Amino acid sequence: MNGFWERLAFAFRSFFSILFHADIPLDIAHKLVKPAGAAPQAVTVAATSSSRLKEVERPPSEAVERAVQMLALLQRDGRLVDFLAENISTYPDAQIGAAVRTIHDNCRDVLDRYVKLEPILNSEEDQPVTVPAGFEVAAIKLIGNVAGELPVRGVLRHKGWRVKEVNLPPFPQGAGRMVVAPAEVELL
Amino acid sequence: MAAKYIVGIDLGTTNSALAHCNASATGEESPIKIRSIPQLVNPNEVAELTLLPSFLYIPGEFDFPKGSLALPWEPEPKFVIGELARKRGAESPNRLIASAKSWLSYAGVDRTAPILPWQASEEVPKVSPVEVSSRFLQYLRTVWDSGEAVGKRELALAEQDVLLTVPASFDEEARELTRRAAEQAGYPHVTLLEEPLAAFYAWLESQGDTWRRRIKVGDLVLVCDVGGGTTDLSLIVVSEENGDLSLKRVAVGDHILLGGDNMDLALARVLQQRLEALGNRIDTWQLHGLWHECRIEKEKLFESRKMQKRPITLLGKGTKLIGGTIKTELLREDLDQVLVEGFFPHVTSGELPARQRRVGFQELGLPYAADPAITKHLARFLSEQVRNSPEAAEIRRGPSGLACPTHILFNGGVMKAAVLRDRVVEVLNSWLRKEGFDALGAEHILEAPDLEHAVARGAAYYGKARRGRGVRIRSGASRTYYIGIESAMPAVPGMEAPLKALCVVPFGMEEGTEATIPGREFGLVVGEPAEFRFLSSSVRKQDQVGSLLEDWRTDIEELSPLEVTLKPDGQRGAIVPVRLETRVTELGTLEVWCVSRDGTQRWKLELNIREKTAR
Repeated sequence: MNGFWERLAFAFRSFFSILFHADIPLDIAHKLVKPAGAAPQAVTVAATSSSRLKEVERPPSEAVERAVQMLALLQRDGRLVDFLAENISTYPDAQIGAAVRTIHDNCRDVLDRYVKLEPILNSEEDQPVTVPAGFEVAAIKLIGNVAGELPVRGVLRHKGWRVKEVNLPPFPQGAGRMVVAPAEVELL
Repeated sequence: MAAKYIVGIDLGTTNSALAHCNASATGEESPIKIRSIPQLVNPNEVAELTLLPSFLYIPGEFDFPKGSLALPWEPEPKFVIGELARKRGAESPNRLIASAKSWLSYAGVDRTAPILPWQASEEVPKVSPVEVSSRFLQYLRTVWDSGEAVGKRELALAEQDVLLTVPASFDEEARELTRRAAEQAGYPHVTLLEEPLAAFYAWLESQGDTWRRRIKVGDLVLVCDVGGGTTDLSLIVVSEENGDLSLKRVAVGDHILLGGDNMDLALARVLQQRLEALGNRIDTWQLHGLWHECRIEKEKLFESRKMQKRPITLLGKGTKLIGGTIKTELLREDLDQVLVEGFFPHVTSGELPARQRRVGFQELGLPYAADPAITKHLARFLSEQVRNSPEAAEIRRGPSGLACPTHILFNGGVMKAAVLRDRVVEVLNSWLRKEGFDALGAEHILEAPDLEHAVARGAAYYGKARRGRGVRIRSGASRTYYIGIESAMPAVPGMEAPLKALCVVPFGMEEGTEATIPGREFGLVVGEPAEFRFLSSSVRKQDQVGSLLEDWRTDIEELSPLEVTLKPDGQRGAIVPVRLETRVTELGTLEVWCVSRDGTQRWKLELNIREKTAR
């Protein structure tokens, strides 16, 4: 903001403008009033993108913690994070395959127990399917010769996945909410 | 007080269950239901399971994050019970109490003293075996009372008709300790029921009225119960009374500490050796992993006859998941050699199990069975323990004296495997044929429904049967009990005076009956405690009330003494002559009373259960 004289001028102009016109001069408004939409907009964008699983009203930090919790469950029961974090480029397929079967079984159990998934289009892949008018663009992606009027007929290439139900257990009140897996120390 | 529900509780060595039905309705309207039990399965996570693993974990400061053990009715419990206790106990065994029930039957320790976890380090708070059992029962009571019973006194579990199962092989001491555990847990009266009988009741329930077509007068049913930690054998004879079929339990085996856990561990050890021969190092943590995998993969192999092997994968420790992965296989031959041949070998009916080693109790802890061959224990049961039974005439026997069952009922998790059931039937049939009887066919194998919950269901069914809404199996005392009388011989320094055994409770003495011990009086001093030595036998079955035995060294064992103190109402020091009377109550409790000569005064003797030194 500029010097004393500019402030003095703005103050007087605003005083009389409000007194007689119930408004502030446009140039002063542009200079001083912060645009109302910007900050809350950033918050809601972050919230909607990370809270597919939650209602928008919750504060974002809890959404982040739920994401961590999901990883923690997949790690605790399926050791998924250990698997993804490891450098497997040097191991033969047979060794990776054997381990992956176990990880697959266990991670599947985790999904079954805590997150119920359902396909978005529940029909057989590589078979014809109709996409109705007014479909949700985020839920159905059109590829190939995308032209013509809705409804369109196409071939289903991927059923899609949607979360039907989330049954995450409550998490602790105290510290440890960003922990995916605790370090383990064996006492001999 | 009219109870609204009949509740059957199976307090198992590895898992507990609870079943219930309405007390008042008639048979068809009151189906027996298994109650699901909410319990911690992970920190912060409560789930409902139909079984409550009988594990108790004593958390220290560092085991779980604060507040993560909260239960709906208890924000900061002192102990963890159930699935989470089992899981955490596998990681940190120092604070885990498992198989508390088996400790209840082990006289080599003081079962009311805080000794568990066995040989844990000093900073772990200890509890007694009785308290552990009490805590499981308390947990079940709290779960029940927080359900529909909230706020309604008459629906609380303590007000219901509760039946609690015990192994048939539990002697009076172990049963008394079980009763005390129930009392401490807030159950004013429980009826004890033997587990093999409960299994048979579960079968009766599943048959409805058609059970009379399956068995007839003269039949002998062998109940073979092999669970996670124990093997329990019983015989039930079918006879006739007032024109109707009646059932009586005629023989009970010893408490054999041998079960599914031994089998899974044996398999794990075989795989451990196989892996170590290839150069891998398998530590305790990985052995536990092998044990866990064996349990699961063995069931898959048992279920499908076509599979010849199952992969066993141990993921690497730490973050070297794939890098540390160890692979091996569980082969069908492993199951055949280790489980079928190791635990259920073909034996003749005369082969007895290896004698129990008498080594210092302190090192071994529980006295696990020395011989893992369950078929040998079965042979011993059918030959030795049925001998001399008072129902000798009714029990079908072969020329060698071996009891020859006509039917067999399996119970316990181990018996889910058809291969093992078939092997037991095969071995039994080889004995039957040798004794000149026909082999058992498929119709003689009684199908046990829902093996995991059968005992709890059967206990609830027995509750109905007692009220006249079902068939009852008469059982009575499972052992013969004696009072020890010191013979009047001059004292010799350094030698114990010889003890004679006076039979006070004959084997099979029925519930609701009494007996007076004839011809003997004892002088009790008013104001001073009187002690009677108390003995029991699981082998001698024909001794009558009042018979006096002089030479009994091997067949009879001494229990804790019975004690009574006559209250001094002004007569301290006087000697009161009394007779002994015994009763078996409807709840299955054994009572020994001192009755004054004129019959006007009675005092009840109490079992003073203590630790016994090695016999």
